[in-house]
Amino acid sequence: MIRVENLTKVFHLGTVNENLAIHNVDLTVREGDFITIVGSNGAGKTTLFNLISGNQMPTDGKIYLNDTDVTREPEYRRAKRIGRIFQDPLLGTASNMALEDNMMICYRKGFKGLKISLNGKMRRFFREQLVQLDMGLEGRMKDNVGLLSGGQRQALTLLMMVLSEPDLILLDEHTAALDPKNAALVLQLTEEFITRYGLTAMMITHNMKNAIEYGNRLLMMDQGEIILDVEGEQKRELTVEKLVEKFHQIRRRTLESDEVMLSE
Amino acid sequence: MIEGIFVEGLIYGLMVLGVFITFRILDFPDLTVDGSFPLGAAITAIMLTSGYSIWITLLVAFLGGWLAGMCTAFIHNKLKVPNLLAGILTMTMLWSVNIRVLGNRANLPLMRRQTLITDVLELTQGVLPRAWALLIFFFVVAMVVKFVLDVFFRTDLGMTLGAMGDNQQMVVNQGVNPETLKIIGVGLSNALVALSGAFVAQYQGFADVNLGQGIIIAGLASVMIGEFILRSNRIMVLTLRVLIGSICYRGLMYLGRYYGYYVNLTPSDLQLITGVLIIGLLAVTHLRGKGRWKGVQQETAEDEAAAVAGRPSAGSAPAGGGVTGGSAPPADGEAPG
Repeated sequence: MIRVENLTKVFHLGTVNENLAIHNVDLTVREGDFITIVGSNGAGKTTLFNLISGNQMPTDGKIYLNDTDVTREPEYRRAKRIGRIFQDPLLGTASNMALEDNMMICYRKGFKGLKISLNGKMRRFFREQLVQLDMGLEGRMKDNVGLLSGGQRQALTLLMMVLSEPDLILLDEHTAALDPKNAALVLQLTEEFITRYGLTAMMITHNMKNAIEYGNRLLMMDQGEIILDVEGEQKRELTVEKLVEKFHQIRRRTLESDEVMLSE
Repeated sequence: MIEGIFVEGLIYGLMVLGVFITFRILDFPDLTVDGSFPLGAAITAIMLTSGYSIWITLLVAFLGGWLAGMCTAFIHNKLKVPNLLAGILTMTMLWSVNIRVLGNRANLPLMRRQTLITDVLELTQGVLPRAWALLIFFFVVAMVVKFVLDVFFRTDLGMTLGAMGDNQQMVVNQGVNPETLKIIGVGLSNALVALSGAFVAQYQGFADVNLGQGIIIAGLASVMIGEFILRSNRIMVLTLRVLIGSICYRGLMYLGRYYGYYVNLTPSDLQLITGVLIIGLLAVTHLRGKGRWKGVQQETAEDEAAAVAGRPSAGSAPAGGGVTGGSAPPADGEAPG
């Protein structure tokens, strides 16, 4: 599916601010994997996503998507196969456009021609899809997306991404900016969609409990390296305490970040 | 007289539509306009005096403008130059290009040449008064362009252009190269501007290299007047109000030209008046946002900031929303921050 070899990213190379964000990371994501990623701030989680999505170019190393080398491919080209949701709900949708227009744009991923695709048939299809979200959005298809709440926007972004059938989805703390109720709702939807459509997903989260509860595989990152990679039975047996303990064993220091501890 | 204002408003309205596309839909403040407008005029003048047919002339002017816009977008894309600077660069270079196009002259008269204007007048001679014939003709032209644009912004490409002006990251996420979109969008905008220049040259009977001076500000003022008059986020209404704004602006300029001398104003003061007009409109929008303007709906802080920055916003200038063409209710004051 996706294979990362020897990936390294250095910011401000050759200056006093030189910063090794990703250090020799090797990772193979198999089809159908749902990977959760934890780690303190600055561990390199988001940078890893930026490199995979093509938002940033690596200093060294290779990225293969379905066995083709995409290391130097620009972000917009990879985006046809890699979907991504950001923490900021505003980034996934166009606020000043109607809900149905947003869905149409995402559904027509790829070449945009001089065709008017948004017709009655499309609208019916979108309405059926929106019902799945159970947020009453099916009745607001002509409303501007700017009028929706953060949770609704993030759920909509998720649905739009799923409809465009990406090979891999990257979820970058996509529930962190939402209130607890909406966060839970969006997370539940995420899992539902991933299971129903058999998606391959990687999800960054600050919430250790969620990281353990969801997915079939868990990665822990620290200082630009993947220090822990568990799956299957091993992952099912994990608890927050065991995870913190593991970190201590591996790094020979205590997990000092408060955020990682915010597992409630 | 009143017909003249309408005719001018409609001809320049094509240019204002171009300005509207870049400033409001693409969120790409493009100053190329000051150069592409006289470019359209220059191409028209030289081709008509060389005996080319009017339709080929208009086509070449249209494409010439498109090329100018592409040039700006290209400089911006490839050299990562801010869009304002890229526009100024192209505009400056176009001044020299325009003199070349005119055959190393600063202006070229079209006297006693066959133009679209003379054709229309010939055709309607004895049937309609001169002014009315021109008014009807340019009304049809402006409406056709408006209609084509309305349809265009409902197509997949048009909607994606609107989305880019709203949220560039989203467009990238959809696997579309924003650089390509900018080349198409800014090109289209300047093509309309050059077409407007082509009509102006025929209407005035000459092309001048300085025809474009301050045209971008005139365009912006027209867009803003339109926004002041009508509030909507449907593309059909948005393009319509651009034309209405353009006519109103020409009306104001007419008043300035013909009655200004009572207060010691000369035609050379028109640029100053235009600038003050824009500042006034911005100030009103600003005050509205603060809720100090009684009797006007309050807008959110975001709207205010966006309006002042000349960007589209949910309430005052919902450009992207217009692209939707949908019938979403006005978002005044209820859009979440």
